[in-house]
Amino acid sequence: MFKTEKAKLPALLEKIGEARDLIVPVLRCGQVNFELWERESQADLETLKTSKSPKDVFFPQSETLYSCIRDGKKISVKAEELRDRPFVVFGMKSCDVKALEVLDRVFLDEPADTYYQARREMGTVVSLACREPEETCFCRAFGIDCAEPEGDVAVWMTDASLYWKPLTEKGKALTGLVEDLLTDAGESELDEEKENIRSVCDQLPYMDLSLEGWNPESLQEKFDSPLWEELYRPCLACGTCTFVCPTCQCYDIKDFDTGHGVYRYRCWDSCMYSDFTMMAHGNNRTSQMQRFRQRFMHKLIYYPANYGGMYSCVGCGRCVSKCPSSLNIVKVIKKFAESSGDEGRGGVRP
Amino acid sequence: MSDATTRNGECSCGKNRQKDTLVPAVGIITDIRQETPDVKTFCVNAPEGGKLFSHMPGQCAMVCVPGVGEAMFSITSSPTNRECQEFSIKSCGELTNYLHTMEAGEEILVRGPYGNSFPVDTELKGKNLLFIAGGIGLAPLRSVINYVLDNREDYGTVDILYGSRSAEDLVARKEIEEVWDKKEGVNVYLTIDRPQDDWKGHVGFVPAYLKELEFSADKTALVCGPPVMIKFVLEALHEMGFSSRQIYTTLELRMKCGIGKCGRCNIGSKYVCKDGPVFRCDQIDELPDEY
Amino acid sequence: MQEFMNEMIRRGKELLSGGAVQRVLGWKKGDLGYNPEPAFFLGEQDLDEFVYDGFCGANLSKFMIEASKMEGKTLVFLKPCDTYSYKQLLMEHRVDREKSYIIGVGCSGKLDVNKMQREGIRGIKSVEEEGDVLRFHTVYGEKECPRSRMLLERCHVCKGKEHQIYDERIGESEETGDRDRFEQVRQIEAMEPEERFAFFKGELSKCIRCNACRNVCPACSCRKCVFDGSQFDSSQKANADSFEEQMFHIIRAFHVTGRCTDCGECSRVCPQGIPLHLFNRKLIKDINTFYGEYQAGVSTDCEMPLTDYTAGDPEPNAAERGR
Repeated sequence: MFKTEKAKLPALLEKIGEARDLIVPVLRCGQVNFELWERESQADLETLKTSKSPKDVFFPQSETLYSCIRDGKKISVKAEELRDRPFVVFGMKSCDVKALEVLDRVFLDEPADTYYQARREMGTVVSLACREPEETCFCRAFGIDCAEPEGDVAVWMTDASLYWKPLTEKGKALTGLVEDLLTDAGESELDEEKENIRSVCDQLPYMDLSLEGWNPESLQEKFDSPLWEELYRPCLACGTCTFVCPTCQCYDIKDFDTGHGVYRYRCWDSCMYSDFTMMAHGNNRTSQMQRFRQRFMHKLIYYPANYGGMYSCVGCGRCVSKCPSSLNIVKVIKKFAESSGDEGRGGVRP
Repeated sequence: MSDATTRNGECSCGKNRQKDTLVPAVGIITDIRQETPDVKTFCVNAPEGGKLFSHMPGQCAMVCVPGVGEAMFSITSSPTNRECQEFSIKSCGELTNYLHTMEAGEEILVRGPYGNSFPVDTELKGKNLLFIAGGIGLAPLRSVINYVLDNREDYGTVDILYGSRSAEDLVARKEIEEVWDKKEGVNVYLTIDRPQDDWKGHVGFVPAYLKELEFSADKTALVCGPPVMIKFVLEALHEMGFSSRQIYTTLELRMKCGIGKCGRCNIGSKYVCKDGPVFRCDQIDELPDEY
Repeated sequence: MQEFMNEMIRRGKELLSGGAVQRVLGWKKGDLGYNPEPAFFLGEQDLDEFVYDGFCGANLSKFMIEASKMEGKTLVFLKPCDTYSYKQLLMEHRVDREKSYIIGVGCSGKLDVNKMQREGIRGIKSVEEEGDVLRFHTVYGEKECPRSRMLLERCHVCKGKEHQIYDERIGESEETGDRDRFEQVRQIEAMEPEERFAFFKGELSKCIRCNACRNVCPACSCRKCVFDGSQFDSSQKANADSFEEQMFHIIRAFHVTGRCTDCGECSRVCPQGIPLHLFNRKLIKDINTFYGEYQAGVSTDCEMPLTDYTAGDPEPNAAERGR
């Protein structure tokens, strides 16, 4: 465990940013999102949540897979270069770090997605503990502790100090790069800070959301529930929830014809969109109710069924604050809990 | 999945990659057969000759024409075909319409093989087999039928029931009549939906003909065709005493990646591209009704 | 607002129980004190969850397209500015007047949750509105601020207290307009072209193509949007090229020109805080300049400026000269 004065944060970012590609939350046009750091960037590590999750650092919203040129009857294919330069993401919160684990299971599962894999290998994750978690946060419901973030290096920022704790070999390598800014610190110096964060969490309304009843065994029962018909109504069928979500991983593959060659690229897709499952001879999800149900069933039932019980939600709360109709996964979970008729199951404690 | 996952043989730039799951190989169309007015069978090879990959019956591959589209098709040729991979494709959308305008010698992009296969070397071995197909649904079954006929001693009796709208719409009719029907211990039953002058065979829908034929329930059925045919065939088979464990079919949904990651071809927690396309009916019975 | 919320609930129950309407379209209580959702209430009991407060910004007009396809009448609560959208939809034959029972409700301006966040109000447990004071109970202590500081942008340029269409009215409205509607547009017009291009490029580069602006927009009522087809390079999702995102917004702005009532829902829902209303407002300002003052949604029988030709119309390059 190391530390430095909080005032040294800009120097720390500069040191990293000069040596590696550095991706940090940056304030631009009123929004804070992860971006490539430049000397003139307005880095913002105070804002609790970026508007978008940092998943596009590893899984960009749009990326070229390969390009091809047709020459008469012949076609030549040129695959896009994989990421081969190391980079650092600084300031990922516990929930967003956990979300990488969710994405890993999909993208690194055999056969691995080479584009994602290369970025994961090249990236060093510096996480940041949450100082002032908000009412939309419910990471604890998924066993995540926002006072003890994971990643390659964990960072805490108190009023006066910045604490730095390498957690992996990659993290130690990065520590070597900035060690002249750091001094030794004792683990216990953070005890009070962590306690403060956790006691705030105790008071937040969503933190103790219960996921009881959401398991692969209840697939059919949940799928057939009449509640979906009621829940989906205000849904505008936009893709906001899926695009701000750190764990939504569905994508589309499309062509971009430049007129002198075709780029085949992939881009984020949303199960909320009407063409998501549309094909030449029909569509197996024709109603918004079905599409709405798919999103939550995927996160809370299907994904856990495929990946050892892990949920595909980390409680970051972005969908809670961004949905134009104020719908979200918490309301879905609570509604099911309420109608299970058993006060002790699900829901949120008063 | 087999070890023959697509390799990007053409690309020299990807020095740090071993295998690219989303980057296709170039394939050359070496022959095209007009099967029916709207179905053509395309034979595809690697540009340098030989097959693009090896596959098992029932598996699929992604076929792409750059700038037009990419879609999943079942490989209709049997692994025992040493020459090439074949795709029987019905003209019904942007990509398939375009493919129908292509000529032998033109190149396309192919990646695969994807998905599971009919359990020809395990559960189906030694069994009496009943193949039931409708229209273009013969494509995936043709791969199994030829595999079975080429390894005839491994299986029991073979009955093939195949129907389509008209005599002209029967895919691979020549092969059916000249090869399959001539094999010992193989019975072929053809039917068309409506009577026509030059047709002396059976007329009627597949499910009805199936009931007339009164097969004994000691067989394993492999069913493929339009959803409505599958629905009534399954009902008929159950009536005839077949259990769900004795029936295999294939499912089809929109696919993009082919490897269970892009998230669109799921039925419940199963991905058709990865966990399918072949399902035993008792497995399907457990899936939510969304396909 | 509390008294007339109770009156709204009472009328809703009355009309439901009498069978005059089959359902009520309103807002349902959220669980954070500031996140009510649009909802259809089918039974009298359901209305116990009904809420009407400063956070009911959602314009319910667009839901009336769906409601018009349902059996029987729908009671809908519309704020003054929502009635412009409803009336425009009525003119476009997208909603069925016979199937609508409209209660015009009073409005004293709706609140902007994003502004609250920007003010650093977090950890909210509950919110109280009392006159011009907003009181937040948060895990980080009590916070207070003037209500007028937290209003949605559209409320600062309020179109007025009048409902454009209604069957009955409940509650009084308050004037909240305190800014010139076209001031922001004029500022942007005054920019040098490079500066203006940089401004829009900066804003639009934040777009994530979630389509929330389109899907919430009452003027975007096409059964199938041109962007939902695969023929378009600008279709639906993010593209390999940021140019396409700009195209999406510009095409959309042009498509709603003359029909956009300036309800401000696009900017309210944008998850990236893009001031999308500026496009629409610029086009409204131009229409006013070239064809005379026009407000979409005021009348259902008037001729619309862009679909009605007169010999006195300006020439196509007038936009350039008019600046």
